[in-house]
Parts: sequence; C-alpha cells; structure tokens
Amino acid sequence: MAELADLSFALRTFLRAYRWRRIDPTPWAPFTKPLTAARVALVSTAGMVLPDQEPFDDHFRGGDPSYRVIPGDADPRQLLETHRSDSFDRAGLAADANLAFPLDRLREMAAVGEIGEVAPRHLSFMGSQTAVGRLVKQTAPEAAELLVADRVDAALLVPI
Amino acid sequence: MCNQTVCLVAAELERQGIATVVIQLLRIVAEKVRPPRALCVPYPHGYPLGRENDAALQRRVMARALGLLGERGTAPPLLADLAD
Repeated sequence: MAELADLSFALRTFLRAYRWRRIDPTPWAPFTKPLTAARVALVSTAGMVLPDQEPFDDHFRGGDPSYRVIPGDADPRQLLETHRSDSFDRAGLAADANLAFPLDRLREMAAVGEIGEVAPRHLSFMGSQTAVGRLVKQTAPEAAELLVADRVDAALLVPI
Repeated sequence: MCNQTVCLVAAELERQGIATVVIQLLRIVAEKVRPPRALCVPYPHGYPLGRENDAALQRRVMARALGLLGERGTAPPLLADLAD
C-alpha cells in the first residue's frame, strides 16, 4: 500500500490540511448482469493521451478537469503520459501503459470470456486536481453520458 | 489527488446507472471520499496494477476489482483490500 509518508514533505503538509471531497450519499448502481455478459469501460486518471490529442494542461489552476476519449481499439503503446504530478515514479508507466490504462488486459479478459466485451470508448483524466468543482459539475457528468450512450454496464477506474 | 479524482468520476458514473470499481493506492483517501466500490491495493504510487509488463498480475488485480461488482448485501461504500 502506498502511504502518505512516501510523498514529499510539501505534499504531505498540503494533504494533511486538504479538505477531501466527501461523496455523500454514496450513489450505488446495482450490477445485475453477470460479469461474463457485461460491457466494461476503463477510466484512468494517469493523464494519458493519444499522439493526436491535446496534452493535459499542467498550468491549469487547481488541475485540468478535461478528459480525453480513448477508442476501444487503441494501442496502449501509443498512449503518452501528460500527468502534471511529480509525486509518482513514472518508469513503470513509461515501460507499460497497461499499468494504468489496461486495454490489452481488458481485451484478454474479453477473449477468454471473463467479461462480456470491451466498451467502444474509454476515458482518460488527469488525476492531479485539487479544485474539483468543474470536474464534479461539468466534465465528469459529460464524460459519463458518453459511456451511458455506449450502454456500458461497468467501469474500472485506475488512478496513478 | 488521483485517488480522489477516480472516486469522484465513479460517483458520477454510478449516478448515471453504471456500476463502478475504483482501484485505490491510499486507503485513507477511500475512507474519506467514500466511492461506491473500491479495491485498495498494496502498491506504490505509479503502480496501481502492481508491476509493468506483468500481464498475469495485472489481470489478477483487475479480476479481483471487477469481482466486487457481484458482491451482494453490502451498503456503500464497499472497501476491499487486495492482499500482498
């Protein structure tokens, strides 16, 4: 498990005083299908973009709340990491994007029947956001609508 | 902050009817933010699925996470831990 103690002194000090956004009440979408019949999407907050997409803006005050759509047939080797945080070791992700955007793994799970199918669209956010108003009010609801339109049954969300 | 961001996006997906599981690297964040379903993993920042180029391990973590979707009789938030 990662610990707050792993982080820099400045970041630890910030996080101690940070008021986390409590989700209350916690919403709950019942999962009624068997996983073997479910359409599954990925959401990563590792700030990954495809070569033809705008990188996340690391000058955005409070953190860039935008998102990128990653097609289900994208090659994870094409994904570029544009996360602004310096509080994680980038070596693993540079060697293997599946570590945070496991599209290959999801395809393998579909191929052997562990999940029903891979969703046609997946979502990439930049996780380092301290001011989350725009994310909560605008970009997350917008992005969720895309997955609803694709009749996604379940999503796996991966931070970095 | 990444841990909070996935929780907030998960909450919005759930409000719109899509069941979610979030991977969490910091259990304390999951406890404070309260996502619907979370799998807390024993890995450092930068390694949410364990190790690069280790497909078997990545698949195991994902299968355990997605397995939480089928857990019945729980009240949110559902926080589970992946053993080392």
